[in-house]
Amino acid sequence: MTRYIIRRLLQAIPLLLIVSLILFVLMQNATDPLATMGGRTPTKPEDRQRLTRQLGLDKPVYVQYFYWLVGNDWTKVDLDGDGTAETPGTRHGVLRGDFGTSIVQTGRPVTTVIFERLPNTLILMLTSEFVIVLGALFVGIYSALRQYSLFDNILTAILFIGYSMPIFFVALSSMYIFSINFQRWGLPHLPTVGMFDPKVGKTTGQILVHMILPVFSIAFISFAAYSRYIRSTMLEVLGQDYIRTARSKGLPKREVTYIHALKNASLPIVTIVGLDLPLLLGGAVVTERIFAWPGMGRLFIDGIDRGDTPVVMGIFMLIAVAVVIFQIITDIVYAWLDPRIRFD
Amino acid sequence: MTTQVNTPITVAEVEAPPLSLGNLTWRRFRRHKMAIFGAVVLILLTFYSFGGALFFTEKYSNYTNTKERLQSPNAKHPFGTDTVGRDILARTIYGGQISILIGITAAFVEVMIGILIGAIAGYFGGNIDAVLMRFTEAMLNIPQLLLLIVMSKFFSGNVPNINILGRELSGSVIVIILIIGVTSWPYLARIVRAEFLSIKEREFILAARATGTSSWEIIFKHILPNSIAPIVVSATLGVAGAISLEAYVSFLGMGVRAPTATWGNMLENAYRYIETAYWLWLFPGLLIVLITLSINFLGDGLRDALDPRSRTV
Repeated sequence: MTRYIIRRLLQAIPLLLIVSLILFVLMQNATDPLATMGGRTPTKPEDRQRLTRQLGLDKPVYVQYFYWLVGNDWTKVDLDGDGTAETPGTRHGVLRGDFGTSIVQTGRPVTTVIFERLPNTLILMLTSEFVIVLGALFVGIYSALRQYSLFDNILTAILFIGYSMPIFFVALSSMYIFSINFQRWGLPHLPTVGMFDPKVGKTTGQILVHMILPVFSIAFISFAAYSRYIRSTMLEVLGQDYIRTARSKGLPKREVTYIHALKNASLPIVTIVGLDLPLLLGGAVVTERIFAWPGMGRLFIDGIDRGDTPVVMGIFMLIAVAVVIFQIITDIVYAWLDPRIRFD
Repeated sequence: MTTQVNTPITVAEVEAPPLSLGNLTWRRFRRHKMAIFGAVVLILLTFYSFGGALFFTEKYSNYTNTKERLQSPNAKHPFGTDTVGRDILARTIYGGQISILIGITAAFVEVMIGILIGAIAGYFGGNIDAVLMRFTEAMLNIPQLLLLIVMSKFFSGNVPNINILGRELSGSVIVIILIIGVTSWPYLARIVRAEFLSIKEREFILAARATGTSSWEIIFKHILPNSIAPIVVSATLGVAGAISLEAYVSFLGMGVRAPTATWGNMLENAYRYIETAYWLWLFPGLLIVLITLSINFLGDGLRDALDPRSRTV
């Protein structure tokens, strides 16, 4: 097992290097951090040149990538922007855990900027994932037990519609119905945007109320894939011999379904949850934008708009590392649930 | 396939020519009611976008009239007007053309890259396979939407307008098509690779090799036609995927640029007017839902018809 984990981690290294190199080159060429620097657009060409030198943007992109990767404390940088490098560099590079400092929020370390937003995204995403898995288990098991019944067919149709809907459409319509029109009709309504009402403050109740619509939107579109998946694995397991044995020896139906069948059907579910979770970190770009949720998705869009390469790269690396780690965890959990699987 | 014969076979049945693959597929497809529904809706939407062009000119769809801005649906503008007074009905017609064009061509790019990489990795195996699959995994490690946003920012700095068939289109259309294709192929490549891995071990491939057929010919003439079913299904679903991806990127304001309309970029900033102007997002949004839904139904039906063994989600 340990050998397996070490091998997987080693395999991940070239993968992360490729990903980071491609993204870094794309980011550096796509955006101009000087164009929107914190609202102070430098107009004079000499100011521009000085800032470019101070930020190290005058170096070729591979040198910049190299500095980002391993740091520049072994060489000299041009801190006053006069064209000669005189001050020793201070960056340690990503490999030594230094993700640099944000360009937009001048001087603040990228890790601080990201970890400020991370909890907000996690609250939204973990709740959604929980709602999705719980609901999908219920629906999936129910329609597997009553395959091709009216309920199964109606659900399948609704789920297909949800699956085909872009999230912004779900978000906008639910916002339009449940907060705007409910307010118009004088009914209790849900808040539209933000994480809490500034008049009330950031209380648990406020966050919960503000979470209902975004969680509903995310759950609605992801629901189909999960419950269809659970339905098909349940159907497969229910057709197995050991289920027939359990039934024929007179075990209660409930016990057969929830203990014998579900336990075996839950294996593939672990896989999709494990693979989806890390991608959720950045997957809420649109939802966070519509509901003005101060999470990583919005940080990402702002970073792209204003050319904040260190922050954007930090988010990308966080997601990529999370994917790798979750893949390994998924495999371990899988082996733990299914003793037939051996890694060696 | 063996069938249990319970009823005596009539002479007509024996003498009837055997059903071709196409006939069999069509028979299975016909039974899938939702797929037929999807196909009909898809045809109607195509008529809407391309037939509607007979009633409105593209110039009209891009004509701004700030005196009539943000009008709710009325007799003159059945779908209302947008923030600069353009007619939304005419824009959904011309936007539909571009959205459908983007969907089909982006899926085409996706399929080409996916087949090429999957086929080479699956057929040659070894180190080539290892390198290509590592690369595929690397692509899958990044959420596609985030990658699209970065690439869109990278490529659509200032692309000139282009002229296709006498129409002036924003060059960003081409950029979006290419980047959606370039970021969508990994799943397809994996499917193609798996097909190639299993088919290349079959006897007829061995026979082809023994007669000295070149690798190129084995890949494209012997293996590829035998693995066409899952490719057709993914290509169909890929069209729906590309249309909604374009909508996502454009919704965030990084997709197709004005003046060219797409169903996606009509939604850009519409959420800011959610309290005052529902028609800004309702009509293009509904059209996107309809087209992705009908293509997904169609793809599902095609999967049942072409590839009855693989019933997955």
